[in-house]
Amino acid sequence: MDMSMRKETPLPGLLPGVALGRPLALSLAVVALAALAPWLVSAYELNLLARFLAMALLAMGLVLVWGQGGVLSLGQGVFFGLGGYAIAMHMKLAALADGDLPDFMVWSGLDALPWWWVPFKSPLVAILGVVLVPGALAALFSWAVFRRRVGGVYFALITQALALAFATLLISQQPSTGGFNGLTDFQTLMGVELGTPAAAHGLYWLTLALVVGVFVALRALMASRYGLLLRAIRDGENRIRFLGYDPTPFKVVAFTIGAVLAGLAGALFTLHAGVVSPALVGVVPSIEMVIWVAVGGRNSLAGAVAGTLAVNLAKDGVSSAFPDLWLYALGLVFVLVVTLLPGGLAGLVADAGATPWGKRLKSFIVGGSK
Amino acid sequence: MNAMAATAHHIGTTAPASPLLLAVDGVTVDFDGFKALNGFSLTLDRGTLRVLIGPNGAGKSTLCDTIIGRVRATSGRVIFKDQDITHLPEHEIVRRGICRKFQTPGVLPGLSVVDNLMIAARRDRRWWSTFRHGVAAEEKARVAEILETIGLADRAAAPAGQLAHGEKQWLEIGMVVATRADLLLLDEPTAGMGPAETSQTAALIRRLVGQHTVLVIDHDMSFLEQLDARVTVMHQGQFLKEGSVAAIRADADVAAVYLGRTKGDTHG
Ligand SMILES: Nc1ncnc2c1ncn2[C@@H]1O[C@H](COP(=O)(O)OP(=O)(O)OP(=O)(O)O)[C@@H](O)[C@H]1O
Ligand SMILES: [Mg+2]
Repeated sequence: MDMSMRKETPLPGLLPGVALGRPLALSLAVVALAALAPWLVSAYELNLLARFLAMALLAMGLVLVWGQGGVLSLGQGVFFGLGGYAIAMHMKLAALADGDLPDFMVWSGLDALPWWWVPFKSPLVAILGVVLVPGALAALFSWAVFRRRVGGVYFALITQALALAFATLLISQQPSTGGFNGLTDFQTLMGVELGTPAAAHGLYWLTLALVVGVFVALRALMASRYGLLLRAIRDGENRIRFLGYDPTPFKVVAFTIGAVLAGLAGALFTLHAGVVSPALVGVVPSIEMVIWVAVGGRNSLAGAVAGTLAVNLAKDGVSSAFPDLWLYALGLVFVLVVTLLPGGLAGLVADAGATPWGKRLKSFIVGGSK
Repeated sequence: MNAMAATAHHIGTTAPASPLLLAVDGVTVDFDGFKALNGFSLTLDRGTLRVLIGPNGAGKSTLCDTIIGRVRATSGRVIFKDQDITHLPEHEIVRRGICRKFQTPGVLPGLSVVDNLMIAARRDRRWWSTFRHGVAAEEKARVAEILETIGLADRAAAPAGQLAHGEKQWLEIGMVVATRADLLLLDEPTAGMGPAETSQTAALIRRLVGQHTVLVIDHDMSFLEQLDARVTVMHQGQFLKEGSVAAIRADADVAAVYLGRTKGDTHG
C-alpha cells in the first residue's frame, strides 16, 4: 500500500474499443443482404420490411431511454405520431392547388387552413418538424418532470397519460386533424411520385441507411462517457448526484434523442404505409413499442431491431388470420419475456454464447483470438 | 504519495484566506416535529481530522446529510469556504469540494470497479463535457494509484456489486478521495470490517489528513484510538462534549449517554 510506488496499472473497461474484424464483416454481410431485399422479396414484403425497419429506429431509441437510462416511457407513440403527422400534413398540402383545402376539411365545413398547418406547406419546415417538434416537446416535458425528481412508475404513468391525451385530441379535433381516419391518400413528396417501384425502393434504402447510421451512432454514444454516466444514473441516481453530477440533463438528453428517433420513425412509417392515424399513436401502440424492445433485449441495439422485426412479423401473421387474438398473443409474449427472458432475444443469444458449442461458434466468428 | 501531492497542487490555486473550512451554525433539522438536529454547531479547520461520535439516533448521519444537501436545515446555516451553501443543490455543493461516504456502501453495483473510480475522479462534471473523447492522463494515473491504495487493482474490471462488503467500503472511500474534495465526510467507514482491515482504514485516513479535511463518524473505540484525533460527542441532536480521545473516554457525561448499550465499547 505504498502510494509512492507508481505502477502502470492497466485499466480494463475504461474505453471500450470497437471490436473490428470478423464481427464487422458479418454485420456488413447482413446489411448487404438487406440492401438486396428489393430483388429478393415481393413488393408487399418489401413494404412490410420497410415499415418494420422504420419502427426499429424508434426501438433503438428506447434502448437508450429505457435500457441504458432506466426511464420507461409509455408515450413513444406521441413522438412517432408527431413525426408522422408533420410529414403527412406537408404531403396533403403539396397535392393541392393554391387556396384549396384538404378534402376532409372541406367536408367538415372549414373555410380556411388552420394557422398551424400553414408552415407545413414548406417541405423544409415539414422535414425539420419531423425531428424538431418531437425533440423540443420531449426536451421541455422531460426537463420539467426530471427536474422535480419524478421517475420510475410515475414517469411511465405520466407518459401514458400523454399518449392517451394525444390520441384523444387528434380524434376530437376532426376538422383540422382528419379525426379517427387520420391523414392518407398522399401523391408526391418533394416532386417524387410515391407509389412507384422506384420510390418504394428508394424509401426502403433510405430507411435502411438510417437504421445503420443510427445503430452506429448510438453504439458510439453508449460506449462514450455519456453512456457510462447514463447507466450509472440508472443504477444509482443519488450516488451520482453526490459525486457532483446533475442527473437531470443526462436523462433529458436520452429522452430527447429517443423522441427524435421516434419522430423519424413515424415519418418514414407514414411514407411506407401511406397513412397516419390516431390508432398508431395511442396507449396500446405505445405499449407495443416497449414490448418490441423487451422481446429483443432492452440493452441491445441489435436485439431491439430483431425484436421489432420479430414481433411485427408475428403481428402481421396472427392478425391477418385471427384479428381478435393479436392483443392476447402480445400480452402472453410480454409476460413470458418478462418472467423467463429478462434479457430478451439478445440475452438468449448471450446465454447460448456461453455454452461450449456457443463458445466454439463465437471463437470462429471473432476469429479465434480469445 | 503522488495522489496527495496532486491534490495539494489543486488546492494551492485557491489560497486559503482563513484556516476555517466549514462552519455548521446553529442547525436544526425538524422531521415532522422530531428534531434530529437541535441548534447544532461545529467548525472544522483546513487539513484537520475530527471524529464525531454519539449513541444511535444522535443525529450524526443527519448532520452529514445536511452538510451535503440531502436533508435541508429547518433553521441555521452551513458555511463552506466562507460561502453559505445551505440552499445549494447537492451536485453544486459537491462541486465546491465536499464528498460523503454513505453509511451503507454507495457504490454503483452494475459498473466495474475502475468505472466507479473514473466517474468519481472526473474533474469536469458538466453533462456536455461527457461527449468529449478521451480521459485526462492525470485522471487515469490518479485512478490507477487509488486502485493500488485500496488494494483493488486486480479486481478493477469486476462489477462493484460482486465485491465483499469490506471491499465495497474501501471502494467507496477510494471514490470519495478520487473526487479531490477538500472536505471528506466518512460515515462509519469501518462498518463490517475485521480488526486488520479497520487498522488499515485508520492508517489510510491518517494519510489523507492534511491534504483533505476529514470528518469521521464511528462507534468503534479501538478505531478511534488509532485515529487519535479530536472527538466531538453529540447526543439527541445537540453538542455534548469535545476533547481528545483520552479525555472523552474519561468523561462522565459521555459515559452516561452511552450507558447500558455501548458501555463496553466506550471503556475499551
Ligand atoms: N428522514 C427522516 N425522517 C424522520 N426521522 C428521521 C429521518 N432521518 C433520520 N431520522 C431520525 O433522526 C434521528 C437521527 O438519525 P441519524 O441517522 O442522524 O442518527 P445517527 O446518529 O447517524 O445514528 P446511527 O448511529 O444509528 O447511525 C433518528 O432518531 C432517526 O430515526
Ligand atoms: Mg448514522
